Amino acid sequence: MDVLNTLRETFLDWDAMRAALPDLLRVGLVNTLILALSSAVIGTVLGMLLAVAGLSSRRWLRWPARVYTDIFRGLPAAVTILLIGVGLAPVGLKIWGPNPYPLGILALSLIASAYIGEIFRSGIQSIDRGQLEAARALGFSRTSGMRLVVIPQGVRRVLPALVNQFIALVKESSLVYFLGLLASQRDLFRIGQDAAANSGNQSALLLAGLFYLVITVPLTHVVNAVDRRLREGRRADGAHGDDEPDDSLPATVSVPQEV
Amino acid sequence: MSAVTPSTRVPAAGSRADAGAAAGVAVATRDIHLAFGSNRVLRGVDLDVEAATTACVIGPSGSGKSTLLRVVNRLLEPDQGDVLLDGRSVLADNPDALRQRVGMVFQHFNLFPHKTVRQNVTLGLVHLKGLSKDEAADLAHRHLDRVGLAHKADVRPGSLSGGQQQRVAIARALAMEPEVMLFDEATSALDPELVKGVLATMADLAAEGMTMLVVTHEMGFARSVAQQVLFMDGGRVVESGEPDAVFEAPRTERLQRFLSQVL
Repeated sequence: MDVLNTLRETFLDWDAMRAALPDLLRVGLVNTLILALSSAVIGTVLGMLLAVAGLSSRRWLRWPARVYTDIFRGLPAAVTILLIGVGLAPVGLKIWGPNPYPLGILALSLIASAYIGEIFRSGIQSIDRGQLEAARALGFSRTSGMRLVVIPQGVRRVLPALVNQFIALVKESSLVYFLGLLASQRDLFRIGQDAAANSGNQSALLLAGLFYLVITVPLTHVVNAVDRRLREGRRADGAHGDDEPDDSLPATVSVPQEV
Repeated sequence: MSAVTPSTRVPAAGSRADAGAAAGVAVATRDIHLAFGSNRVLRGVDLDVEAATTACVIGPSGSGKSTLLRVVNRLLEPDQGDVLLDGRSVLADNPDALRQRVGMVFQHFNLFPHKTVRQNVTLGLVHLKGLSKDEAADLAHRHLDRVGLAHKADVRPGSLSGGQQQRVAIARALAMEPEVMLFDEATSALDPELVKGVLATMADLAAEGMTMLVVTHEMGFARSVAQQVLFMDGGRVVESGEPDAVFEAPRTERLQRFLSQVL
């Protein structure tokens, strides 16, 4: 029973949780959401640009996209965040003062965009070449055909992977604590950790973890639902197909099929 | 085989006029050459399709038929040679503008699966012809009606049969009011029972005066609808002429062998 008691005191200290709750809600949750959302938006925009550049027929566009992706996908997130957050601090100082928060968002966005770019690229590449050909045959330029026909289908196809990436981003946002944010800028993890250190047990951190789950678990269900819809939609498409009786012929002539 | 008179009865006579009866122009190519690397796919192709007539291109796979179609609407640029529409070279034109004048129908339909049947037809009308959404929807309705699919306007192509999808693809191309229509094995991917409906739609179009260049394996269609049949092999037009001549009295050994295999 001693062990159970110790565990309970470590993880389920209600008083410690209650003490940490207001900050977790008002500061931590808000900051985690701001960090994750803004870098998701910026990362998605940058990712789309990277995907389009990566698929370009022009070498001078394809190549930088490739290098960028290799770098930001290949570095540990902590390294990127420190390099950007600390390394660019002098530049940031001139723009928005001594505030590491925007640099944290920038670093998260750059990392996210490398992954999201690859997700988009694979989605766009998976679309049948006939789609662009059909668009161009109607009179669309290659660019318009990509924009109106190919990219929308490619994005739809990778929505589950994209949401997965957003989930990763919510968790990864905790790494900005490396940058030593102000009290009001601290995210869920940092507030949980500070409170845990003060109270001498891990209950506040556990509570912070629960907040992460409150964000990420619904997102995983969104992924599954989107995935299921896409799958069922596609299967339904295939299932009808040619079996459906072709009852709507204008049937004005009969054309023999053999000479 | 029984002779076929293409379309003596036009479906809903009014709708045809509304949708704009086809007004095809002459198409010609002069000495078209095209190679992919060392693979010389087209080796000097000349063809003349008079305005408002149908020419069928037959031949073994790999003979360059589909490539030739793509040169005519400049999805592929020839290495050498010329493409003429209505007697005028189009190789110096803006290729996107040219493609609005030349409709194309593909073996695998290539409908846009993320759009409804109606949106498939209106996409080009809105974005390329600058029609308002309502005007485009109106026109789409008429063209879908003409191929007997107006009642399917709000579904996605995936829920249609192959034959229905191909007729939507034809409506999509016709809505752009092309002067020439290209058909690239338009019935090859269809189940046998669905082929007839698509061929009937094509025969109607031919009868209405569209200029059509049709790559096909449907010899019956070539015989009954085309004014001209071209036999391609090895990147060249080996033999061409009126259907009866080509099918009844093939002059070259290659065509004789081909016909004996497909008929």
